[in-house]
Amino acid sequence: MAQEPVIKVRDLVVGFGDQTVLDHLSLDVRGGEILGVVGASGAGKSVLLRTIIGLLPKRHGSIEVLGVDLDQANEQQRRALERRWGILFQQGALFSSLTVRENVQFPMRENLDLSPRLMDEMALAKLEMVGLTPDDANKYPAELSGGMTKRVALARALALDPEIVFLDEPTSGLDPISAGDFDELIRTLQQTLGLTVFMVTHDLESLYTACDRIAVLADGKVVADGPLETMLESKHPWVKNYFQGKRGGLLVDRRVSA
Amino acid sequence: MGEVLLTSKLKGERLELAAAGPWTAAHASELEALVDRVAGEAPQAKKVSIDMTGVSEFDTFGAWLLERLTRAWTAAGQKPAIVGLPKHDRGLLEEMHGVNREPPRASARENRIVGALAAIGRGAAGLGRGFMLFADMLGAVGVATLRVLRHPSEFRLTSTINQFDRVAWQAVPIILLITFLIGAIISQQGIFHFRKFGAELYSVDLVGILVLREIGVLIVAIMVAGRSGSSYTAEIGSMKMREEIDALRTMGFDPVEVLILPRILVLVIALPVLTFLGSMAALYGGGLVAWLYGGISPDIYLSRLTEAISLTHFKVGMLKAPFMGLVIGIVACAEGLKVKGSAESLGLQTTASVVESIFLVIVLDGIFAIFFASIGM
Repeated sequence: MAQEPVIKVRDLVVGFGDQTVLDHLSLDVRGGEILGVVGASGAGKSVLLRTIIGLLPKRHGSIEVLGVDLDQANEQQRRALERRWGILFQQGALFSSLTVRENVQFPMRENLDLSPRLMDEMALAKLEMVGLTPDDANKYPAELSGGMTKRVALARALALDPEIVFLDEPTSGLDPISAGDFDELIRTLQQTLGLTVFMVTHDLESLYTACDRIAVLADGKVVADGPLETMLESKHPWVKNYFQGKRGGLLVDRRVSA
Repeated sequence: MGEVLLTSKLKGERLELAAAGPWTAAHASELEALVDRVAGEAPQAKKVSIDMTGVSEFDTFGAWLLERLTRAWTAAGQKPAIVGLPKHDRGLLEEMHGVNREPPRASARENRIVGALAAIGRGAAGLGRGFMLFADMLGAVGVATLRVLRHPSEFRLTSTINQFDRVAWQAVPIILLITFLIGAIISQQGIFHFRKFGAELYSVDLVGILVLREIGVLIVAIMVAGRSGSSYTAEIGSMKMREEIDALRTMGFDPVEVLILPRILVLVIALPVLTFLGSMAALYGGGLVAWLYGGISPDIYLSRLTEAISLTHFKVGMLKAPFMGLVIGIVACAEGLKVKGSAESLGLQTTASVVESIFLVIVLDGIFAIFFASIGM
């Protein structure tokens, strides 16, 4: 399918002070795929994500999301675009003074003109889609476990039925079983809702089970991108170390023998 | 918009619906109205069918509304048939089929009178708990002080000096400015009113006694409660939120000793110092106004002042200051430790800390007034 990529990053330079984090980086995300972005701590994965969604300023380069160039977009176009993506922050970033239900309803309340009944039903529907029960809806974020917080944050990210979902380390801080469930959840949601997922992760297991394509960040650039097989053939020292090192190797072996 | 998202046709005993256009979040309210209207039409028909062929976009909002429609009909004894839905959208509809089956337990709505009574009860219990917390914190600080006295090496000198810089040194300019202005205002009012009796000179007595005994220490205490008490509560509260306090405790440190004792000690030292500086600034302001506005020359002002006030007045003011510092510090730290997980609770406790400490400072001042009167100071 020769379609335009939904996210097109070209020649991106981002830095703080005299430190350059992303150095002429280019990356495409295709529609309907789950892209996993990996890299060493401090390689700039989260910086890339935050730059694409406009939280960090860039020094050079262009970013196009769903065909809209973010530099050229006016206020209205930007707002319209922001409705078409959802973001799951690393710590969940739930509004602590609102209940779970109100957190999920917040984007709907601000962007759509819905009846209270429909809004309640939709919020509960989204919560059930991410595997929570209606009884959780009236809890406050402080009363949730780590896994539940991530699920609520995902439900909030999905509140407006976005086309793209950005996930910043969705499985970090979860036990392997919850993390596995979460990966599966992302996979099924991606299939039913036809999402494009941009996932920053550290979790090898997530890469194997959830991602269609992997992009490796090192030295401020994408040093390898492609499916897992490409990663295994890569000659880049960090990529080799990551996928064929102690932990990576175990998982790959298991996958090959399975 | 133009496009009609849902049209219904009654063909004999068959109700045929045709859906068209975008069934998405952006059109959800329009769709909801259409769906609700159509849902009531079913009983007249024997068979109902929905043709989804014309739908251009379909998301969870559309899927849920379609599901809601079929549920309403199913409840009315119909068997609606959905045709023409693309395969990948069928998955979405199936997903929606499972949700919202059991309504969330409605929180029991309580009687209004019972609610009001409960609120009063909670308030009273809270007041008692607040007092207990204050006493608890006072005790904990006392214990920590004794421990530090026994092992002086455990005292956090660096932290104390850092706090002293923030609480005392950096507060000096604003305290001087405010007390200078207050002294000037008292002097002006005194001269203005005493002039009617030709007793302008007594305004010097007024300024001297009022400033040294009451106003100096009160203004400074209120300023410090607003300035440093609030920041103590916010600091300790956000440390509590981020589990820093728990981390300290697990490493074998007593948070009271590490965080709270230096802060309270600094307040106990800083308040007399600031009170002294503030009182001097107020007397200076009063003198300046007396000279410029009342025509009382600085020489006369000073000699009148030495006659009017005694060391007792000065001592009364200065004696109160450390106690007020203690009260502000204890309230601020106790409120900080009460902070729970949310940002809202941090704001709530910071407000409570300032209100409570100002209130207690004034109550304490009243108690001291009675005490000093009874011992003849």
